Amino acid sequence: MARDVSGPVSPKEITLEPQERYHTIAVLVDNEAGVLARVIGLFSGRGYNIESLVVAEVDTEEKLSRITLVTSGTPMVIEQIKAQLERLVPVHKVMDLTVDGPSVERELALIKVRGTGDKRVESLRIADIFRARVVDSTAESFVFEMTGSTDKLDAFIELMKPLGLVDVSRTGVVAISRGTRPM
Amino acid sequence: MPNACMSGSHIVLKALEDQGVDVIFGYPGGAVLPLYDTMFQQNRIRHVLVRHEQGATHMAEGYARSTGKAGVVLVTSGPGATNAVTGLTDAMMDSIPMVCLTGQVATHLIGNDAFQEADTVGITRPCTKHNYLVKDVNDLARTIHEAFYVANSGRPGPVVVDIPKDVSIAEGEYVAPEAIRHKTYRPQLKGDLTAIEQAVELLLEAKRPMFYSGGGVVNSGPAASQLLTEFVRLTGYPITSTLMGLGCFPASDSQWLGMLGMHGTYEANLAMAGCDVMVAVGARFDDRITGRLDEFSKGSTKIHIDIDPSSINKNVQVDVPIIGDCAHVLEDMIKVWKASGRKADSQAVEDWWSQIDKWRSRNSLRYEQGDGLIKPQYALERLRELSKEKDTYVTTDVGQHQMWAAQFLPFDKPNRWMTSGGLGTMGYGLPAAIGVQVAHPDSTVICVTGEASLMMCIQELSTAVQHRTPVKIFLLNNRYMGMVRQWQELLHGGRYAESYMDSLPDFVKLAESFGVTGLIASKPGELDKVIEEMIETDGPVIADIQVDPDENCFPMIPAGSAHYDMLLGPNGEAEVNEDGLAMV
Ligand SMILES: Cc1ncc(C[n+]2csc(CCOP(=O)(O)OP(=O)(O)O)c2C)c(N)n1
Ligand SMILES: [Mg+2]
Repeated sequence: MARDVSGPVSPKEITLEPQERYHTIAVLVDNEAGVLARVIGLFSGRGYNIESLVVAEVDTEEKLSRITLVTSGTPMVIEQIKAQLERLVPVHKVMDLTVDGPSVERELALIKVRGTGDKRVESLRIADIFRARVVDSTAESFVFEMTGSTDKLDAFIELMKPLGLVDVSRTGVVAISRGTRPM
Repeated sequence: MPNACMSGSHIVLKALEDQGVDVIFGYPGGAVLPLYDTMFQQNRIRHVLVRHEQGATHMAEGYARSTGKAGVVLVTSGPGATNAVTGLTDAMMDSIPMVCLTGQVATHLIGNDAFQEADTVGITRPCTKHNYLVKDVNDLARTIHEAFYVANSGRPGPVVVDIPKDVSIAEGEYVAPEAIRHKTYRPQLKGDLTAIEQAVELLLEAKRPMFYSGGGVVNSGPAASQLLTEFVRLTGYPITSTLMGLGCFPASDSQWLGMLGMHGTYEANLAMAGCDVMVAVGARFDDRITGRLDEFSKGSTKIHIDIDPSSINKNVQVDVPIIGDCAHVLEDMIKVWKASGRKADSQAVEDWWSQIDKWRSRNSLRYEQGDGLIKPQYALERLRELSKEKDTYVTTDVGQHQMWAAQFLPFDKPNRWMTSGGLGTMGYGLPAAIGVQVAHPDSTVICVTGEASLMMCIQELSTAVQHRTPVKIFLLNNRYMGMVRQWQELLHGGRYAESYMDSLPDFVKLAESFGVTGLIASKPGELDKVIEEMIETDGPVIADIQVDPDENCFPMIPAGSAHYDMLLGPNGEAEVNEDGLAMV
């Protein structure tokens, strides 16, 4: 999911139609009952894709939550998605982080690998290269915690497959614009 | 003065009153009994008891569309709320302001599959502009005021407020509407001046300009229709409108080309296909208008005025989007046009009009009335003639009769024409007419319907009688689901699967059994007398007009065809128009 055009093309990107692109969209909403259902219902009802979606309260005083979602579509569809999101009554602000200037994107994953002997040592060695941390270990398993771009996580998980990968839990992308400006 | 403390149901009634509500369309049940009890003890707000909750929603739509004020519905939990879903969806599609209060089981029972519990906010989320579940009586007044604000502002729509029974019993604080300012929802009314100047420049330079208006003009209020009329006359350019926009420009004006779209006139559709500058005003490029998208008006530069940013570039990519309320934007356009001191390219526009007049001369709405069966078009022309002195409002149901009514009944003013456009809801016509009549007790309210549609909300005849709403049901009875039969004839080899209305009632007797006057006409010569009697009768009437069962509605753009590719003739011959093609 390289959203930097100059960057490497991830395998997922290849499944897109020409003109379609992944976009990371941030949505600031009132943290009230049903708000997530409204956003998700809009996507399913209108046939838009959701690659990933993250939501948490970010302002406890104003009771605001921030939803970060990754979707794909042609420029016309992305424009529609933004307009449709803005139409929802509890939505304060919508920002397309992919086009509205540079941004930072991160994802966190917990990755469980089971193995003994050489494979176990190898997984630890690769984890070290990728700067993944061990957050749990037993005699025959590790749980690695890793933060980074989606591509980096994909690459690490790919390498763990032959070494005994058994479970993955990922947060999905969170993102924020670079520089001094707030959303 | 400290805010008054009162029961939840008193808060509801007070909030409605402060919002200027004079009538509620509703139906009682367990979860709303406290509200009904409170209502019983006051006489400032009138309650119209319906016979099915769907009827209440369409009445509220008719009321809203003919007055510009939000219609109010009150129904009970569970089945009351689910019965309202069709009308809510209808109002959503046609941008009709409505506030629907639904009862809900007590808060401690929510989620327990309690008796008559339904997840009303869950079910209605996609078919409302917004909805609320009020769990605290102290939020009730604010929520209701907010509901009216959301329903009425920007692009209007239906809003549901779900009120658990214990909340309507509990005591809480009342707050007045003035205290409410919405946190996030503030639609943009003024259009961007640079875009407006650009649009006017394009219009001044246009050789083959075209106005394409829609329901948004009606929703914006009567001022928008006046300004549109003024601007169109100032320019001298042709104008068409969608089904929803009929009446926003006078149909008696020579610049009017008739309705466009699937059953629009030849001249309106070909002018859309051939224009070089198109101004869409409060219209949304629906598939019934555009036909095949890749063939839609390919040669034109498109200006789109709409209050809802999500309408822009949804189906058709436009060149100059102007987000704002039609009235504000049109007012600015007129100013900019006048200030420019320039005039339209009169030679080019004259040539354009002579092309349009050629298309017009095809007379695409022609039909032949012999001495045999009554042609539905003829029935409508007689209705138009015999009701023209009256202050008339028209509602319709859905089908051929709806399209003929749109083609043959002229509207010179907005808010006079109520029809289910976006959703195409059979059963809309009669309750909508009752809603209009409640708002305009002294006017003539006519429901043009078909026998299949009428049967879908026939129970509301009882409401019409009880509430003394003398609606005139003009039933174009072709004993078919005519529109379905027409598609089957043209597209499915004449296999009329289930489109014949078997075992129809005797509509005269049916009318009489409700205490309604029943009339019947089966020959052209009987029409005038029946229509006159219908109009002059004091109470509600069903006029059963037995029309030619085989008549088809033309012109027609078959689904999936380009909008210049119209069927004109009664024999269904395809007439691909070369001059239309040549224009693009
Ligand atoms: C609730 C609903 N169900 C089905 C349809 C599909 N439909 C569209 S027109 C039509 C036939 C309408 O028949 P009638 O009311 O007799 O009108 P006519 O076309 O004969 O004038 C049907 C079934 C619909 N629009 N609404
Ligand atoms: Mg019929």
